[in-house]
Amino acid sequence: MDDRQPMLDYLRQEILPTTFCAGCGGGTVLNCFAHAVDDMDLDVDNMVAVTGIGCSSWIPSPYFKVDTLHTTHGRAIAFATGVKVARPELDVVVIAGDGDLSGIGGNHLIHAARRNIGLKVFLVNNFIYGMTGGQVAPTTPTGTRTSTTPYGNPEPPLQITELVAAAGADFAARWTTFHVFQLIKAMKTAFSRPGFAFVEIISQCPTSYGKYTQQRDAAIQLRDFKDNSMRIKKARGMPPEELDGKYVIGTHQDRQRPEFAAMLDELAQQRMVEGA
Amino acid sequence: MIAQKEASEARRRLLGRYAGTSQFVQGDVAVAIGAVYAGCDFFGAYPITPASEIAETMADLLPQCGGKFVQFEDELASISGIIGAAWAGSKSMTATSGPGFSLMQENIGYAVMTETPTVIVDVQRSGPSTGQATLPAQGDFYQARWGTHGDHEAIALSPWSAQESFDLTIEAFNLAERFRNPVMLLSDGETGHSRESVAFPALDEVTVVDRALAQVADDAFGDAEGAVPRMVRFGEGTRVHVTGSTHTADGTRKATTPSIHDRLVRRLVGKIAHARDELTRLHTLLDGGEDVVVIAHGISARPAFGAVEQLRAGGHSVGMIRLVGLWPFPGPKLAELCAGAKAVVVPEMNLGQLNREVERFVHCPVHSLTKIGGHVFHAREIAEAALAAGRS
Repeated sequence: MDDRQPMLDYLRQEILPTTFCAGCGGGTVLNCFAHAVDDMDLDVDNMVAVTGIGCSSWIPSPYFKVDTLHTTHGRAIAFATGVKVARPELDVVVIAGDGDLSGIGGNHLIHAARRNIGLKVFLVNNFIYGMTGGQVAPTTPTGTRTSTTPYGNPEPPLQITELVAAAGADFAARWTTFHVFQLIKAMKTAFSRPGFAFVEIISQCPTSYGKYTQQRDAAIQLRDFKDNSMRIKKARGMPPEELDGKYVIGTHQDRQRPEFAAMLDELAQQRMVEGA
Repeated sequence: MIAQKEASEARRRLLGRYAGTSQFVQGDVAVAIGAVYAGCDFFGAYPITPASEIAETMADLLPQCGGKFVQFEDELASISGIIGAAWAGSKSMTATSGPGFSLMQENIGYAVMTETPTVIVDVQRSGPSTGQATLPAQGDFYQARWGTHGDHEAIALSPWSAQESFDLTIEAFNLAERFRNPVMLLSDGETGHSRESVAFPALDEVTVVDRALAQVADDAFGDAEGAVPRMVRFGEGTRVHVTGSTHTADGTRKATTPSIHDRLVRRLVGKIAHARDELTRLHTLLDGGEDVVVIAHGISARPAFGAVEQLRAGGHSVGMIRLVGLWPFPGPKLAELCAGAKAVVVPEMNLGQLNREVERFVHCPVHSLTKIGGHVFHAREIAEAALAAGRS
């Protein structure tokens, strides 16, 4: 029997093994992403993966073998907007972390959702700045000790999926690295929607998050994701204090509005014809 | 998806409105029309005085020739978007002023490191900070050179009129494509907002350079000494890896090997630095042997030119050099041209930036003539400084 990982052909094999720590959720996200691309039989020569800076940005850059644009911290969505507007026919994917996309790059996330530009954004949320060694993030739960909150995090965390849904995205969902089949399905749904499609992936970081939260074993965090996830249907209508410590999973938004890059393309087509 | 053939026909049709005519337009508008002549098909920017007219004109013109205009949420996004568009195959541009130019600096370095051809227009205003938003200045001379972190070279051009705003925008695109590097056009609020007559050339009189493209990405960041590698375009199956981290010739990230970083950055610097002579663009009023030489650029060169012409008519031994290309700095050429001079005068609308660079190269005393506050020099001020320098 062939024991090769079935998704290996999608990877830049010459660079493997990955640099992810043992137990990191990044490998799971990469595997799920490859499965989504494979299930949908997407043309990888028509795909551009855009990333920022941080561990999660390394998921496609360099490992996923498509055109990859590994950009500066926080700006992946802005770079991707340039690619998508210039060439609407390309599948433009952004994979990056919570610090990158919702911290330093939060403004671009909001405005890309508002424009409903047809990017597929997969935000890997591990609640921490992992690559730099475990500093507090905009997503870190209140009270958590990190390297820059030695007395506990005084700030409340950002609810990213809810923000993106409210800002205007066509599709917004949240899953975890425990829910791999649902995650693959959500990624496929994202690819099937023309507009801005967003999936937040709650992921474990045993190295930089776990060391402060006594979760150095990835299985502890995965069990937490399993035990404390709640379907959005059930969560709706519950008072916020009862959702403390819960991961509200499922599809938060699914609608269809005009897609930005296609609109600009149509505008140009019209203006060219009128000028003739 | 815009068909190339239709887009280029539409562009020729659109430019038919301008080609072969003289029109009275703002410097900012001339920049936008120059961009369309050069083949720009992606513009991204954020509103800012005194550069907004460039965005307004591009928003009108670009869709008419199949191009795309995006008003981004900020300047960080604008510079990011035009770099992304360049890798998607576009000729892209942004336009801003000092505060926005400051915000763009990180990704100007990204464009240098990834060898991305793109054009950044900075219509300078008085700083620091918000400063005098509506008034001209020349305070970004060094920011264009050293604004982004790390070792790098810069290419920057400086127009002194609406005509040259048009001409040098085309030139900026051509240099960006030729060197695979961001190119900066350092205009100013006075040049950008003044209306002047611009002669728009016939389309076949304009040279338009397009980047050299490769079919494979193996050498897209190739390491031949001083060479400009051929670029690839997204969506063509080359599966290129583009990164602002230190990388090998095929784009693979190798950020901790000293020899790879050394080789890459020396090549990036070398491809511009070795072309200094090709990139030197001077406008001179010299017979050779003048006692005093005035060196200026952009808007300050206009009153300087008038002053020098008057002094020469009055029999004074005064010459003038106008820098059209600012970076790479044409220092060796300035040293050669000023070899016999007793003094050099450098008028500029800042507290002495070009002056400092000139001092590094010429061998005679350099007199700095500075003016800030938002008013352009009067020719008389420069004439007096030149005469005083001649007496000293």
